[in-house]
Amino acid sequence: MQDFIYERPTTIGEAIAAMHADDARALAGGTDLVPQLREGRRRAAHIVDLKHIPQMTEVTVLPDGGVQIGAAVTAAAVARHPAIVADFPAVAESAQLIGGVQVQNRASLGGNICNAAPSADGVPALICHGAQVLIAGPDGTREMPVEAIFAAPGRTTLAAGELLTAIRLPPVAPNSAAAYRRFTPRREMDIAIVGAAAWLRLGADGLITDARVALASVAPTPIRAPAAEKKLLGERPTGGLFEEAGRLAAQDARPISDTRGSAVYRATLVTVLVARALADCGRRFGFEVAVA
Amino acid sequence: MKVLLNCTINGEEQSVLADTRDTLLDLLRDRLGLTGTKEGCGNGNCGTCTVLMDGAPINACLVLAAEVPGRSITTIEGVSADGALHPLQQALVEHGGTQCGFCTPGIVLAAKALLDENPRPSETQIRHAIAGNLCRCTGYGKIVEAIAAVAGSAAQEESR
Repeated sequence: MQDFIYERPTTIGEAIAAMHADDARALAGGTDLVPQLREGRRRAAHIVDLKHIPQMTEVTVLPDGGVQIGAAVTAAAVARHPAIVADFPAVAESAQLIGGVQVQNRASLGGNICNAAPSADGVPALICHGAQVLIAGPDGTREMPVEAIFAAPGRTTLAAGELLTAIRLPPVAPNSAAAYRRFTPRREMDIAIVGAAAWLRLGADGLITDARVALASVAPTPIRAPAAEKKLLGERPTGGLFEEAGRLAAQDARPISDTRGSAVYRATLVTVLVARALADCGRRFGFEVAVA
Repeated sequence: MKVLLNCTINGEEQSVLADTRDTLLDLLRDRLGLTGTKEGCGNGNCGTCTVLMDGAPINACLVLAAEVPGRSITTIEGVSADGALHPLQQALVEHGGTQCGFCTPGIVLAAKALLDENPRPSETQIRHAIAGNLCRCTGYGKIVEAIAAVAGSAAQEESR
């Protein structure tokens, strides 16, 4: 491992200044970065530890009812925060799928995003909830939808010297629900062959007024499934509709074949998992919908 | 780069000369001679290097030694008092929950963290708590039984 300078800023301003150095890397939980450094897959001359910056390690319930999660907040803290568990259960459940207990006690939601793995379990539920990422850099701050941060496997759209500082979940829409499902050969400590999140909003007449479907592990980045979303709009939530949305989502997916599964297998999993995630949303509304 | 780290290991303040590139696992094994913490995969998959940081189980191989100042670390050497086995260690002996023994220190600490937070876990909760600890000998059944025995009847009734 290349030698590096370890820095421990206590404000975002200090962290941005530290990130200005050549070959600087932000460190949150380290569960991806430390093995990448040790195995020579990433280089760093400066390691900037973000865990001593209060804003980046806190979960804040916002006045509008939304929740802001500091980028260095651990998956374990996300999974047990009362406001996240109550209003964003799909986000809390997703956080509990990242590694085992030991990893969840270190890995951060911000790191799960910035590592930019197509399979990141933390991401699809955030996309479905319309999460925004807050970014700070030498030229000030900006924000964008979480899905806009992914460029390619292992690469984000953050400019040099920029940091993800927080993830902001907008207030939950009335009469809405979200869920995340993934498929792994082993129940825990495994990487999703496919992950699928769904979010539905129902009108007073029981018809779907808004829908989002997000997929992991079926494209170079996490993606939305627009054909599936369009199909759901204005419809009554039934098993047949959910299965049809799953089939359309499989057409939105662009999976590859690798050691975890073939492209055909992944497409089939998308069909099944999207339908089941939609059925999970139904369960959160209080009705049972049978899907395959 | 050499760096002097002040850390709390098993309740004792230590001043350790380390390298910035050391992981917590390197610090424990190579700088402090606490070799009860094992290195398996070295990348966070196997859990053999599990220690407690401020009471929470973590993989020592995924933490830089430089991150440790200000934190309290408990290793397997810190769980037994005056040479007496911790009840979890005793239960693992009695239930045959250890064969080659390489995963055992990590299992003990993962289970200790669970029971410290939840003294009467269900079998499902026990299995979830040790999901990050690989064992290639026992098939886990005897490990789960041992933890359940320490936890009391709740989990034992469920597994019957």
